[in-house]
Amino acid sequence: MSEEFKLEIVNPEKSFLSKEDVTEVLVPAFEGDMGILKDHISIISFLKPGILKVFSKSGEDKYYVEDGIIEFKDNTLSILTSSIFSLDKIDRSYVSQSLSDTEKLLSKEDLDDQSRFLISQKIDVLKSISSN
Amino acid sequence: MASLDDLKKRILSVKSTQKITKAMKMVAAAKLKRAQENAEKGRPYSEKMNNIILNLSNGISDKENAPKLLAGTGNDKVHLCVVLTSDRGLCGGFNSNIIKKAKAYFSKITSEGKNLKIITVGSKGYDQLKRQYSDKIVNKISFKESKNVNFFDAEKVSKIIIESFQKNEFDVCTIFYNKFKNVITQIPQAQQIIPLKSSETGNENEKDNYEFEPEEDEILGNLLPKNISTQIFKAMLENSASEQGSRMSAMDNATRNAGEMVDKLTIQYNRSRQAAITKELIEIISGAESL
Repeated sequence: MSEEFKLEIVNPEKSFLSKEDVTEVLVPAFEGDMGILKDHISIISFLKPGILKVFSKSGEDKYYVEDGIIEFKDNTLSILTSSIFSLDKIDRSYVSQSLSDTEKLLSKEDLDDQSRFLISQKIDVLKSISSN
Repeated sequence: MASLDDLKKRILSVKSTQKITKAMKMVAAAKLKRAQENAEKGRPYSEKMNNIILNLSNGISDKENAPKLLAGTGNDKVHLCVVLTSDRGLCGGFNSNIIKKAKAYFSKITSEGKNLKIITVGSKGYDQLKRQYSDKIVNKISFKESKNVNFFDAEKVSKIIIESFQKNEFDVCTIFYNKFKNVITQIPQAQQIIPLKSSETGNENEKDNYEFEPEEDEILGNLLPKNISTQIFKAMLENSASEQGSRMSAMDNATRNAGEMVDKLTIQYNRSRQAAITKELIEIISGAESL
């Protein structure tokens, strides 16, 4: 039995990635990282800023996502996101710019816990990217 | 009758106008192709988004406490209308069609005694509406600087809408745009985005048992604002394709009309030239005869 399923990543402007031979996807879901294998139960969840890992026969790909929604159904994983970057091609200046912007956001007073959590997550991830 | 020189000048001026309209048509055709491609590329996202929302709203157990963006405020007093138009003119009936549709809706709303608020996106819509509805327009947005439709702009618009919704400034929100059917036909559309219309949630047979993480309500609360951005982005994409299509056919017509005019003027020019020659000949002959 093959252990592969289909992965589709779309952003508002275009279809970002479509792969048929994915064996595992590691998504930074809102309530913790989640590994998705074939025949996972149908699920809808949303993403926090983090690293998305895609394992396939051809190797392992890493992407940085800021937000999004995932839907897994009938062995098709759809990821809707408005901001996704391949880690190999990510623009260093974008990372540092985004990092300083988000740090500014954190210093604001009127944040609720959820957005504070999301922002600090984002900072952590961006820091780990820029240190690599 | 106009002199030969005047006719010549007119022919020249019509010809140069024709050159301009021809060039505009070509540009519009090139842009249309890109806009159409963009609209097609954007479709999977909005379709998937719609599907997920559909599944979620079916799965929601407690309809009473559903997020307000889905269920509405329970009132129907204040209507917010977002009119999406272009920033440039010379595109045939493109803007007027949207405005006509919007105005019909406006007068329906006001005759029912409800309050009306308008946000215009694109400067042409504002220009056409400010005469009659200047006191109703609460905000005007224009994206003249951005060359292409992008999601960032759509998010800006939806942010404004959501913020004012959270301040309870309106109950129902409708967006007006042109749906692109083909180059010749664009259909003006009115789409209600807040509260989400249930008419689109028709296919209930596709009920799936999803696992939600976190809870449905929380996902919905996160998703609905995004859906508004998506819907607006979709409308903007459709609009930009429509705008180029409409401009292309308008400019095509203008080029053809200019061609006809040039033909007519050329005939007139040739006739009067002939008449002048004949007149001169008669003068010479009669002069020779009188000798």
